Amino acid sequence: MADIPISHILFVSTALFFIGMYGLFTRRNMITVLMSIEIILNSVNINFVVFNKYLYPDRLDGIFFTIFIITIAAAEAAVAIAIIINLYRSHRSIDVESAEEMKY
Amino acid sequence: MTASQVIFYILSAFILGTAVLSVTTAKIFRSAIWLLFSLIGVAGLYFWLEVEFIAAVQIVVYVGGIVVLIIFSIFLTQQSGKEMLKASMLRNIASILSVLFGFALTYNLIYNNNFQAKDKPFDWTVNKIGTQMLETGENGYALPFEVVSILLLAAMVGCIVIAIKSKPEEKNG
Repeated sequence: MADIPISHILFVSTALFFIGMYGLFTRRNMITVLMSIEIILNSVNINFVVFNKYLYPDRLDGIFFTIFIITIAAAEAAVAIAIIINLYRSHRSIDVESAEEMKY
Repeated sequence: MTASQVIFYILSAFILGTAVLSVTTAKIFRSAIWLLFSLIGVAGLYFWLEVEFIAAVQIVVYVGGIVVLIIFSIFLTQQSGKEMLKASMLRNIASILSVLFGFALTYNLIYNNNFQAKDKPFDWTVNKIGTQMLETGENGYALPFEVVSILLLAAMVGCIVIAIKSKPEEKNG
């Protein structure tokens, strides 16, 4: 377990975060944007667990933050999908460009 | 290399590979399935880190909940076999460059920080997590727990209000 340096695990979480950012930049479809956000939240969770396990092994705060982030991600996904389905009913499309009148 | 190291590198390659496929593939349903594999890989990473509770929560909530929700919404909103619009070449190159630059900057900071692992074992049990979660003292998480429960209720009511079909006007009288 200790034979992997922490920086290698943080490499995975950092790479996962920026893969999610790439999806956020290039995707036009709202559901895929939501999927990119889930990837980003997962990378943050890995970070919390790793820092908790290796740097503060006698505390549990990272575990709690991970649990709360997972809960809030579930709530956020449900609300976002309700909004997307409602938008699809009125616009027949879930492209981010088709919702641009929501800005004004 | 020990078996633990081999498992870690295989898991990491699996997570990153499926995540890249999930954000680049052209068909939205395949994208959701690759996301599913990536989330399972992250759960495997939690098993490797020996925090089985978080791994179980990850599988139940993400793989069993969110991905199923996403697949349902894909079926409700579009033909799953249709290819999505591609981003323009300029936008693609600009995003790849900015992502690579951001990754290099962040990983440079992490690499030079030189985190030293403490030698103590990580002692968590579900019992400890539950006790501290509902404790009202100094290290307790009772208040965030209650706030999250209210948030979940609000999200549930909000989903119903947003997604409900409004009745036709003539029926309202």
